[in-house]
Amino acid sequence: MTATNDAFVTFEKVRKTYDGRALVVSDLDLAIAKGEFLTMLGPSGSGKTTCLMMLAGFEHPTSGRITLGGRPIDGVPPHRRDIGVVFQNYALFPHMTVLENVAFPLSVRQVSSAEAGERARAALGMVHLQHLAERRPGQLSGGQQQRVALARALVFEPKLVLMDEPLGALDKQLREHMQYEIKHLHERLGVTIVYVTHDQGEALTMSDRVAVFNEGKIQQLSTPRELYERPQNAFVASFIGENNAVRGTLKSVGAGACEVEIPGGMLRCVPIGAGGVGSGKLVSIRPERVHIVEDGASFGNVMPARIEEVIYHGDHLRLRLSTMGMGDFIAKVPNARGNQRFVEGGELRIGCDPADCLALDVPTNG
Amino acid sequence: MVADETRNLRASLRRAERRRTLRGLGLTLPLILFTLVFFIVPIAGMLVKSVQNGPMPDILPQTSALLQPWRASAERGVPDEAVFAAFAGELRTASQERTLPELATRLNFENAGYRSLLMATARRLPEAPTGTWRETLTGINPQWGEVAIWAALGRASTRVTDNYLLAALDHRRDDNDRIQATDPSRAVYVASLLRTLEISGIVTLLCLLLAYPLAYRLATLPESTANLLMILVLLPFWTSLLVRTASWLVILQREGPLNDALRWLGLISQPLELVFNRPGVIIAMTHVLLPFMVLPIYSVMKGIPPNYMRAATSLGAPFFTAFRRVYFPLSLPGVTAGCLLVFILAIGYYITPLLIGGANDQMVSSLISFLALQTLNWGLAAALGTVLLVITVALYFVYSRVVGTDGVKLG
Repeated sequence: MTATNDAFVTFEKVRKTYDGRALVVSDLDLAIAKGEFLTMLGPSGSGKTTCLMMLAGFEHPTSGRITLGGRPIDGVPPHRRDIGVVFQNYALFPHMTVLENVAFPLSVRQVSSAEAGERARAALGMVHLQHLAERRPGQLSGGQQQRVALARALVFEPKLVLMDEPLGALDKQLREHMQYEIKHLHERLGVTIVYVTHDQGEALTMSDRVAVFNEGKIQQLSTPRELYERPQNAFVASFIGENNAVRGTLKSVGAGACEVEIPGGMLRCVPIGAGGVGSGKLVSIRPERVHIVEDGASFGNVMPARIEEVIYHGDHLRLRLSTMGMGDFIAKVPNARGNQRFVEGGELRIGCDPADCLALDVPTNG
Repeated sequence: MVADETRNLRASLRRAERRRTLRGLGLTLPLILFTLVFFIVPIAGMLVKSVQNGPMPDILPQTSALLQPWRASAERGVPDEAVFAAFAGELRTASQERTLPELATRLNFENAGYRSLLMATARRLPEAPTGTWRETLTGINPQWGEVAIWAALGRASTRVTDNYLLAALDHRRDDNDRIQATDPSRAVYVASLLRTLEISGIVTLLCLLLAYPLAYRLATLPESTANLLMILVLLPFWTSLLVRTASWLVILQREGPLNDALRWLGLISQPLELVFNRPGVIIAMTHVLLPFMVLPIYSVMKGIPPNYMRAATSLGAPFFTAFRRVYFPLSLPGVTAGCLLVFILAIGYYITPLLIGGANDQMVSSLISFLALQTLNWGLAAALGTVLLVITVALYFVYSRVVGTDGVKLG
């Protein structure tokens, strides 16, 4: 899937700078397979949108090469790339009806108006909006506009569809609904999708693979599950999901296991990264992988902790704990009947499996 | 019960809203009053003046009344003795009450020479007629036996008249009150109106051609550069119109810098005639009015998200197709507003054509000013103004029908 020779889209050593000093994208290599749903995830200013715009042809790489279907596309103007783009805020043309909007890519390709209308209606049917064909975009709700934009980007059957934070303007419930809809369209049409978002939930639920961007570099490129459960570095661990980062020093390394000395004890962890014995480590522990040690249960790591705060979340409780030299260690416990006993100031013991403790390198810039 | 509650709720809503409404009104009231007093009232006054006939029904009430059946008759001769008698009596009264000059001025518009006829007749009018009043008056001046003189008196005898409006369109009523074209040698108003429309149209078109690309560039440039260029666009606003016009006079004249430069470049061998003719007027007016075209177009373009063009391009439209089908239609409200603004301003232009134009480049406003200030023919001046107003309003409606009213946005 990731082999470069059968890749559909490739970035090769792509660099981009706007002012000649700071690199917005630095030495980016990326291969996207045909039919893949790849998400570029990262905080704002991390270079993900710039990558998308370079792919669409609105920006040009300062150096390096981008290929599409095996051919470099640097010399191809945007309108000849046959890439559908769904923009943030949709960019529906307000002076055209919904149908005219969707038929636009066909009519500029000299498709006869009868055929264009027919195909546009079919595309609208695909997003369940056939009944709104004669409306103006301004008369539609955000979710409906979003679907029109989707139909418009798909109607000319592009090989590649780019989406730039397409769900950013929708409320939470609609966003989740649209996530499924986009995912199902992708499965049905088999089109390659490159999706840009800063919302990790979106990235995890929709994508085949996620590329996490930070400071113009891809920090990790892997499946959502791997991204969450085996983050490659501290940035990814903290950016994706909730994370407790415990500072410590690497004491010994074995095969697939290591020991990290932390304030008040030793943690058995999975070593990730290059740091050798004696180097600083950040041990990443997900709050939901922290267990309250009951009598008779045994865990690879057990630590004493004091409850600083109990936050009620309905289906679960979050405990803010003082432990391992941290005052804000978070543990997530299910709101089971027995768990009403947690009170502020209470002492308890927490445990977690060594496989859930990832010893990551401390990032160089702190 | 429920109805009561609803009523109470409505009442308290009204109370709550009243303060806000009053405050809002307080803020806008000065402007509303100003507009009313200095804009609506003068325009209404002008409209009234253009159909107001003058003082005759008040000064010669009986004659005016008696002339109406005479005017209605199909075959007109000289009016009968009753009219002559009433006229002679009222003429004497008017002479004593010193209202005669006012009447004479009005009648002079109908027929040059009426003033002296009237004044001389009043001076020589006896207490009692010798024979009939008709014989007496024709004795004083044989003109009183002519239909034309009475027809003129008849035209002035009503309170409302279409004479001025007809005159503004180069038409008049003849002695039988039939509408006729004015003698071509004296027909100046329609030609002047057409010239005004032509110059305004050309200036509007030139402004549009110059302003549209400029506004597009301004709207797509980064903010700081755009602001700098905008100052250049607005600079003319900060200079007096008179100064700007005078400087065009300097630039465009035979020995002026423009002709010098063109000759130095070898583009022309003889200096171009650019002042006191049509090209000069058009160049200067285009320059003066350009900001009024740039600003509305720019403000509309500024509101078009850049994503629209990108979206159109990514969907397969080459730049010009994208521009034609997406950007241009969205910028049309600005174009509409700019064209209307420039055209309406150009129609009323006065100083620039006066200073830079020749005799054949004068616009209708200079005629209006001539009529109002030199000949004191306020009725005709008002009628010309009314015709101009009607043309402007009609153009606005045609234009908004063609382009769509919903899009018109001034600023």
